[in-house]
Amino acid sequence: MIAELGAFTLVLALACSIVQVGLSTAGVRRPVLAGAGEGAATAAFLALAVTFAALIHAFVTSDFSVANVAANSHTEKPLLYRVAGAWGSHEGSMVLWCMALTGFGAAVGWFGRDLPRDLRARTMAVQGALSVAFLAYTVFASNPMARLTEIPMEGRSLNPLLQDPALAVHPPMLYLGYVGFSVVFSLAVAALIGGRIDAAWARWVRPWTLAAWSLLTIGITLGAFWAYYELGWGGWWFWDPVENASFMPWLMGAALLHSAVVTEKRGALPGWTLFLALATFTFSMLGAFLVRSGVLTSVHAFAVDPTRGLLLLGILGAASGAAFVLFAWRAPTLAPGGVFAPVSRESAIVVNNIVLTAAAATVLLGTLFPLIREAMDGETVSVGPPFFNLTFVPVMVIGLAILPFGPMLSWKRGDALGAVQRLWVAALAAFGLGLLALAVVSPHKALASAGLALGFWLLFGAVAEIVQRIRLFRAPGAEVWRRLSGLPRGAWGSSLAHAGLAVFVLGACFETAWKVEVAEVMGPGRQVDLAGYTLTLDKVGIIDGPNFLAEQGTLTVRRNGRTVCTGEPQRRFYPAGGQTTQEVAICARGLDQVYITLGERRALPDGGEGWLVRGYFNPWVQLIFLGPLMMALGGGVSLSDRRLRLAVGRKAGAEAA
Amino acid sequence: MKRLLIVLGALLCIAAASDPAERLPDPAQEARARALFQEVRCLVCQNESIDDSTADLAHDLRQVVREQVAAGRSDQQVRQFLIARYGEFVLLKPPLTFANLALWAAPFAVLLIGGLLLALRLRQKTVAEPLSPEEEARLAQLTRDGRD
Repeated sequence: MIAELGAFTLVLALACSIVQVGLSTAGVRRPVLAGAGEGAATAAFLALAVTFAALIHAFVTSDFSVANVAANSHTEKPLLYRVAGAWGSHEGSMVLWCMALTGFGAAVGWFGRDLPRDLRARTMAVQGALSVAFLAYTVFASNPMARLTEIPMEGRSLNPLLQDPALAVHPPMLYLGYVGFSVVFSLAVAALIGGRIDAAWARWVRPWTLAAWSLLTIGITLGAFWAYYELGWGGWWFWDPVENASFMPWLMGAALLHSAVVTEKRGALPGWTLFLALATFTFSMLGAFLVRSGVLTSVHAFAVDPTRGLLLLGILGAASGAAFVLFAWRAPTLAPGGVFAPVSRESAIVVNNIVLTAAAATVLLGTLFPLIREAMDGETVSVGPPFFNLTFVPVMVIGLAILPFGPMLSWKRGDALGAVQRLWVAALAAFGLGLLALAVVSPHKALASAGLALGFWLLFGAVAEIVQRIRLFRAPGAEVWRRLSGLPRGAWGSSLAHAGLAVFVLGACFETAWKVEVAEVMGPGRQVDLAGYTLTLDKVGIIDGPNFLAEQGTLTVRRNGRTVCTGEPQRRFYPAGGQTTQEVAICARGLDQVYITLGERRALPDGGEGWLVRGYFNPWVQLIFLGPLMMALGGGVSLSDRRLRLAVGRKAGAEAA
Repeated sequence: MKRLLIVLGALLCIAAASDPAERLPDPAQEARARALFQEVRCLVCQNESIDDSTADLAHDLRQVVREQVAAGRSDQQVRQFLIARYGEFVLLKPPLTFANLALWAAPFAVLLIGGLLLALRLRQKTVAEPLSPEEEARLAQLTRDGRD
């Protein structure tokens, strides 16, 4: 019964979205109808929330008459994974996607009071149209509530790799990020229809971009961390199509964040900002297609279905195609906006955008090239990490090397000499630390040391941003204090995000270049050395889990004879699906981690029984996950500033009226 | 940093290690083989290199590469051997051939085009149409304390 309710509210949400499109379109001229359109958006969201709750209910109660539950759940699965399993499947994840889409649509109604009426109504109409497309797809091609005529006794269970607490948070964050860009897309289409792009429009685009980008950053980071500890070989980024699918909108979103600032503050580059706004969500939809269609093989592939993939491709083609045609038609009429000198903040941000676009193009082509090449001459090729390391990395290095100059330049016409004067200390310190790393860290690696120098350069550059803004060392103390306390949150946010990028670069360089790996077949009592640590296998026991059986090793990690921690890696067997997984043990110490996995059972040379134990010493690896979180936090801090200022603007407007 | 030096220095003797049963006796050759593994795709897996994969085929491919390295073949010779046997699909880094030119050139082409467009934009001296007084007032209100 509850499943039918969920199916009903899903169709209701579709109906509400159709009504939303109609009312909001008519509402461009009639405010009453526009208000009703916003109501319809909220209703669609609430209806989907009921569907979602019904779906979770079906999973929790193991209602195997629902096809989706039967295919993805199991009575023995722990409660958390039964709940999270609701969005671990194709159908469920589409419900989550649609919920985010309608939720953002409703949010435009709630938070968009400052938007001009016509722009708001058009945005609601476009957002509604997107909802209609994806909801229609969900209802007709991917219904999560479809019943089975023959009810199985037991479900087929969820892929054990997905049975992890990360499943509870990673997809929702990722989807909120992906789909958050739909608002920006809708705003851009609405502005193109209305024919007006100005500083104010850019100002409305920014908070939505910031929010979506920050959430996407968290989602990707969680995904990387999940892969790091779940796949069991210590890697955190594989340049896999599914990862690339989430990374492309992230790169474009980052470009959009910056170009929107130029359009807002200087009225320049309106066409380019619009283009990015359309491209970012296009990449989000491309991601949804790539992940689900199975056109590319991926280590993370889930819920693959080529027929449905084709439908998603159709939605992508129709939505983006229409938007870009509109863009091509309207963009030439846009005023190019303010002029700027070659050395200026605008130029620096344009260079940032060129670099990020080139990076995104690299990822796009690298991801799709196997398909292109196959269509060209039938040859199948693989494009993997070695390619991206040789192309993406150098492109980004160019951008990172010039990044600290951007904030030091003033708008319109910057002072190159002044910027150099403000940054030479940072440059010198970074260079020195790079040399120090080259001299001290063994084995000596020039390229990785240069990478560290780059990381420090970014870090000191981010600090210099604040130093410059408060005129530290150059103005009297009282003045510095006044500037410091008056510094807008946006400035803190930008510095924090840049510092986060620096922290990530440092971690990524150090971990990649200087990780240490050992692998030994060990019997109980044996020990092995790993980067100054000693791992001793104390015992291996059998664990009877809720839906798995496991061998669990107990290893003591010592350093100079003192116990640092005890690791308990497991090798699990899930009878429901017949799969084996590894659960790693991680000992975090400072910025480093000791990472241990327990492998298969093997005979020792002396006839005894041993296990293949792999240990990794991952130096500075924590920075790889900390950095992006700092970036997301920076986005959040900036966002809090924006809301504040928008509210102030409204109050002032109310007083004036 | 000094501590780190001691730690890492002490560990060099272990260097690269995967499955101890597969390891080559010569550490230099083993290191070269490991570097090559990261460029070779496990053909039956979902986009994994043979360095990461635990599949049987990955094991066999590792053995092939190790044998080649032990026999004194150069990295390039090993790559050629693999391509001849399994096609370009086996390498995670497509070779720089005419058919793959677009792939390798694109990142730098985009940078170049972007740079050219920026140069053109910088030479342009047009000024935007002035705003009407109402628009100015609205903009001023909206961007209040927005310039920092």
